[in-house]
Amino acid sequence: MKAAQAIPVKKMSAKAPTGIAGLDEITGGGLPGGRTTLLVGGPGSGKTILALQFLAHGVQACREPGIFVAFEETSARIVANAESFGWNLAELQKKKLFFLDAQPCSDLLQSGDFDLGGMLAALDAQIKHMGARRIVFDALDIVLALLSDPVAKRREIYRLYEWLLARGLTGIITLKSGGDETSSITQEPFGFMQFMVDCAVILSHSVVLGVSQRGLRVLKYRGSGFDENEAPFLIGKTGFEVVVARTLDRVDVSVTSERVSSGVQRLDTMLGGGYYRGASILITGFSGTAKTTLSGAFAEAACKRGERTLFVSFDSDGTEVIRNLASVGIQLQRYVKNGRLRMVSARAITGSAETYLARIKTLAKEHGTRCLVIDPISTWSRSGTDMSAHSVAERLIDWSKASGTTLVCTRLLDEMSNLAEGSSPLQISTLVDTWIHLNYLVQAGERNRGLSIIKSRGTAHSNQVRELILSDAGVTLADTYTAGGEVLMGTLRWEKERAERAAHEANEVAVRLKRVKLDAEEAELEVRIKSLQVELMAKQLEKTVLVHATESREGEFSRSRTRMDELRGADAAKPEPAAKSP
Amino acid sequence: MTRPVMYTFRLYIAGEALNSAQALANLGALCRTHLPDRHRIEVVDVFLEPMRALADGIFMTPTLVKLAPLPVSKIVGTLSQTEPLLHALGLAVAMP
Repeated sequence: MKAAQAIPVKKMSAKAPTGIAGLDEITGGGLPGGRTTLLVGGPGSGKTILALQFLAHGVQACREPGIFVAFEETSARIVANAESFGWNLAELQKKKLFFLDAQPCSDLLQSGDFDLGGMLAALDAQIKHMGARRIVFDALDIVLALLSDPVAKRREIYRLYEWLLARGLTGIITLKSGGDETSSITQEPFGFMQFMVDCAVILSHSVVLGVSQRGLRVLKYRGSGFDENEAPFLIGKTGFEVVVARTLDRVDVSVTSERVSSGVQRLDTMLGGGYYRGASILITGFSGTAKTTLSGAFAEAACKRGERTLFVSFDSDGTEVIRNLASVGIQLQRYVKNGRLRMVSARAITGSAETYLARIKTLAKEHGTRCLVIDPISTWSRSGTDMSAHSVAERLIDWSKASGTTLVCTRLLDEMSNLAEGSSPLQISTLVDTWIHLNYLVQAGERNRGLSIIKSRGTAHSNQVRELILSDAGVTLADTYTAGGEVLMGTLRWEKERAERAAHEANEVAVRLKRVKLDAEEAELEVRIKSLQVELMAKQLEKTVLVHATESREGEFSRSRTRMDELRGADAAKPEPAAKSP
Repeated sequence: MTRPVMYTFRLYIAGEALNSAQALANLGALCRTHLPDRHRIEVVDVFLEPMRALADGIFMTPTLVKLAPLPVSKIVGTLSQTEPLLHALGLAVAMP
């Protein structure tokens, strides 16, 4: 190790971001800058793509020119294969990205010992020429296979490693491993390489229950913490997509108290105004309980508000969904036409839950989605293991919250299972903000749809079971009648309503009759008051007349007494009052 | 007897490296033995002319390129295994 000591140890510089969101998160910023990373994986595990994306990102985002040394595939083929990812390699290739075709030609003859000194010298010149900061040696195993003895292999690996360190290049060396990763990577010389490098990443590709699952794991990372778990990834439209669970240091997203309509007016009222913007809503129910209809109503309302919406159906084709929803007055066709609504049928797509999630995420990003409907999410538990489906559902909710997307997903309940969540492998009800349950209530030979809100975080919500009514005019909720502890629906409700109407009418008639009667009595009383008043007036008159008569009679009497006295010539002396009175 | 074919070789070496020196020595010995007066050897040091090595697609050193007679062929290594080397250069049949 004398040679290694001769090289001054460079301080680990800042991390070199790979541009692969999940990977940068796992490694806390990227691959070790100025150091070497070993990338090991089986056939088709995505080593070349990851390495290429690392270079492309370096050129585009970090202004770090890169060199790609291709030992296996020709550069022309690599560029052509990566065309679909939209990295525009052909443009980058002109200046900042250099491909070195170092495939050993098939008719190459070998006679005795050789080394990589020539290539490194050539690369030195090229690095100086273009100021390269990143370098990838793709499929180093190919060239190592030409070296016959293990000592020579080890020597060349050291030569390469020291060369990289001395130049402070951020390097990736990719190596093939067999199908069984654990056995082959510990083999010489790969096992020894893992100890040498500063960072090692393993890509795996396994099949679980017939579903392909890709995983990425950081095995070691000198001088930095990293997420040690295997993270699922897939190769999507724009390259690598590593899926990481929410890490603790991620900032919470800002929440809003804005409400968005559920598309059913009375449901909004039940929820105290609608769903929260950015919330996750779960609609559970057996088949045929109008889960799709309810989510369709939400999609229509979102489109009406002018929000871009993505509707992912795992059950039926987009056109079928549109036709079926049109029968209940939910018109989605025009929004599909004007591009606001995108219908995606994922029925025919098979793949792991991871694939679905990544596809949905990509589609949602492309579409600029603000409202997302997934119908039904329970399909995921069919593909792959329950555990992975559950973690995918978790991440879906996490992602939708982070991106502020309002998510409505439906979940089909097993006909045999009851409401108990435990019967279903996909236990996401604890994660969602609002859980609406739809069920059938069988009563008096009828099956009616009942809607209840099981939970709704942060909102006062109605505790009542309502009847969900689908008609040509649309979706609405009806009040239910509670009689004898039972909820009445359908015909029973209608009968009850009719009975109430009749009772109401009878009541009204009675009231009217009573009013008429009272009116009559009132009128009678008024008449009596009038006649009494007249009588009173007569009495008063009589009294006046009486008083008057009395007065005049007394006056007359007095006057006639005076006259009589005068006539008698009587003296003025007044007679005794006693004598006067009769 | 036809005019002897002229052999043109180009040997890419990496400076003072041991295997490069060996290759140079082995090539010289081979030419002296099998191709007296009908060979030409050009030596390219990739440390001195790296861009030339890059352009020529030379990644392993030492590498011997036989430019003439056609076809052009490449041989990597110290050229220590004489038998297969001669065979590859088309000299095996000429051997006595």
